[in-house]
Amino acid sequence: MMRTNYNVEGGDFTKAGNVASCVKKTLKQLNVNAKIIKRVVIALYEAEVNIVAHAYQGHVTIDIDDQYITMLLKDKGPGIEDIDLAMTQGFSTASAKVREMGFGAGMGLPNIKKNVDELTLESEINIGITLCLKVKLTE
Amino acid sequence: MKISEVVDQLNLKVFSGYKGLHKEILGAYTSDLLSDVMGNLNEGYIWITLQTHQNIMAVSSLKDASAILMVKGLSPEASTIKMSEEEGIPILGTELETFEISGKLFMLLNQ
Ligand SMILES: Nc1ncnc2c1ncn2[C@@H]1O[C@H](COP(=O)(O)OP(=O)(O)OP(=O)(O)O)[C@@H](O)[C@H]1O
Ligand SMILES: [Mg+2]
Repeated sequence: MMRTNYNVEGGDFTKAGNVASCVKKTLKQLNVNAKIIKRVVIALYEAEVNIVAHAYQGHVTIDIDDQYITMLLKDKGPGIEDIDLAMTQGFSTASAKVREMGFGAGMGLPNIKKNVDELTLESEINIGITLCLKVKLTE
Repeated sequence: MKISEVVDQLNLKVFSGYKGLHKEILGAYTSDLLSDVMGNLNEGYIWITLQTHQNIMAVSSLKDASAILMVKGLSPEASTIKMSEEEGIPILGTELETFEISGKLFMLLNQ
């Protein structure tokens, strides 16, 4: 098993996508099926950007074994009041500034859900959220 | 069709990423919403947009887009150009509006 850790700064859009980019490289080196890599990249990018756009600070732990990639994203932030509503396509609380950049379509969480095999989201208001995503690496 | 041929045919400007101009394009996707592109743009596609900030490069690289095409005479920011050079993903430009250039590219790719 392989474990890597990353920190994600809230508000720093210049680095948004770096974690997804690192993990994409690793999965390529491991010769994981291209379709599966694409799904992991979409889900991880969206989860990473959500920390940047909606939280103050986050920590990402990636575990890869011969069966699964497990992505654990834990942030300090406002948390999510209504998880079902947040998972609905089109729902967004993104600021005007963030929307101007083309974020805030309310498609991130639905994108994540569509592309992972397992998803758990736990939230504590004014503390933060913990998102755990799992994708099977073998067909 | 190669990106360089599309550049010639549609009279596009090349801002950066010259080393990627030989790549084949497999299609195109028009959108200004990053999550929409993340979910729907396919590998080898040109991404037509009015966004100019560097996050479009991160998305293009993650999605293996063949190039970005900026509409309405818009120019990429310096940080976007820098990443385009690093990734070898060209940034192209046109004075035309999104609707017009999307239509022209559609015609060109489907002729
Ligand atoms: N890490 C997070 N902390 C707090 N709230 C979050 C977090 N992630 C998502 N949310 C909430 O859930 C909503 C929906 O998230 P989702 O990713 O689907 O859309 P978005 O980020 O607003 O826009 P997009 O992802 O399309 O750019 C967000 O607008 C926000 O209110
Ligand atoms: Mg989002």
